[in-house]
Amino acid sequence: MISFANVSKTFKRHKVLDGITLSIETGERVALVGSNGAGKTTLIRCLLGEYLHEGEVTVGGLDPKANRKAVLARVGFVPQIPPPLKMPVGELVNFAAAVCDSDPERIIAMMRSLGLDWDMVRSRPFVKLSGGMKQKTLIAVALGRDADLLIMDEPAANLDPEARHIFFQQLHDRKDRAVMLITSHRLDEVASLVNRVVEMDQGKVALDDRVADDVEMTAKLDCTVRLTRPEPAFAKAMADWRFVSEDGGVSWNGALNGPDRLRFLGVLARYAGLVAGIEMK
Amino acid sequence: MNAIILTARLDIAESLRSRWFAFYSLVFGGIIVLLFVFGLTESRILGFTGLSRLLVTYIQLCVAILPIFILITTVRSVAGDREAGVFEYMLSLPVPLYAWFWGKMIGRFLVVFLPVFGAMALAALYAVVRGVGVDWSLFLVYTSLLVSLAWAFLGIGMLISTLARSPDVAQTGAFLVWLTLLLFLDLILLGVMIREQLPLEAIMAIAVANPLQSFRTAAILLFDPQMLVMGPAAYVILDALGRTGYLVFAILYPVVLGTLAAGVGYHLFRRGDLP
Repeated sequence: MISFANVSKTFKRHKVLDGITLSIETGERVALVGSNGAGKTTLIRCLLGEYLHEGEVTVGGLDPKANRKAVLARVGFVPQIPPPLKMPVGELVNFAAAVCDSDPERIIAMMRSLGLDWDMVRSRPFVKLSGGMKQKTLIAVALGRDADLLIMDEPAANLDPEARHIFFQQLHDRKDRAVMLITSHRLDEVASLVNRVVEMDQGKVALDDRVADDVEMTAKLDCTVRLTRPEPAFAKAMADWRFVSEDGGVSWNGALNGPDRLRFLGVLARYAGLVAGIEMK
Repeated sequence: MNAIILTARLDIAESLRSRWFAFYSLVFGGIIVLLFVFGLTESRILGFTGLSRLLVTYIQLCVAILPIFILITTVRSVAGDREAGVFEYMLSLPVPLYAWFWGKMIGRFLVVFLPVFGAMALAALYAVVRGVGVDWSLFLVYTSLLVSLAWAFLGIGMLISTLARSPDVAQTGAFLVWLTLLLFLDLILLGVMIREQLPLEAIMAIAVANPLQSFRTAAILLFDPQMLVMGPAAYVILDALGRTGYLVFAILYPVVLGTLAAGVGYHLFRRGDLP
């Protein structure tokens, strides 16, 4: 569905992309990882037809620059930094729905399912929303229509656990009929969402690997963590994950979204010396 | 076409919410109020016969304020949006580039023109209510001149926004363009050039090519048909084009210039990196 053939991009004699060749098929969920300046954003902008470049980029056989409407009608894009749009959320939703030939009600329904109070946010300037609310709005605009190419830059970073679960569920519903390109600085943030990892370094593909995972994206796991002794810093970290303890902070219980396991284990790793046992089922 | 209207509407709504628009409207509304307060009172003493003098003063003030206002607000908003990532997001939606560019230009034109025209229309309405005669044909010519001036500088503003990669560069570029055109007005650099006895044709070509000068000359022509204040240059203009011919030129030329500048801007926008 997506093809990058020897794609290079140079800014003022600095080569940001250096002969990228990649092919991504429907059903693939690709984590595009790499440090700052690795070329992830530039690659995405080439895919969106926003940059001139050497080589060839095609989406469904079409050049995104020459066939903007046809290609971008299929794209749901969530940028890393929400744009500082001064327009009210209602205006953004109506504009996006109108240019995408979609129904604004679908976007609104998606916003509601992610936990946004539409009546409250519709007249508020987008730029005045909190980070999480902006993220939910952009996700709703991307998913509230028939997009089969989802390009998302750290999409779940600002979402609360409930919204993350709904979001993962939405991705799960589309996993067989869409291509997902999810970028992140850190693999652990997105590893559980994807079945392929492409790591970029200095404008080149440094790693292209498949991921095997038996846990569904929509899975909810009951989790218990036992410590050797109570620890206030750990209690604070667990509160962020909405875990509770009924024995004074030695055992902690809570529910985890399947794709959040690696991130959760990353948190536990900081207290490895205190952990006596972990159970997830 | 639908996408152009959508983009224009978005830009109009965005501008109406911004502080610059409130300030901009206040400036032009304020000028008219001041002209009424001082101008009409004085005219009554001399024998007030219509709105002509007030409109002439207003239009002379417009030539000083309108272009720089349009240039700075346009380049700040367009180049600022690009730098802030608004283009990256909005142009990831399937809106055609022509609709985005021309929709922005049309929306912005309405936003910059309407307060200027509105203030002038209010003045005319006030005159009608007070039973003072309004020369509607003159009003129409003034309106057309304002339309063409606003369009010319909007086109130049869109071109600068496309060429400059940051709001600071765009703003400096806009200011330099305005300053250059201002320097080539008849009373400043052109006066020096005449004194230095440069070829008259060259001086006239520079004067005619400057949209500020063509607007200003047309405004003078409307209240001083012989253009006595302009000296010998008036003979060249009147001999070559005549009064009506020059007015037609002064209305059409800035429109063509603005459209050409915006056209080049659009061409570069379409062919370059968008964000």
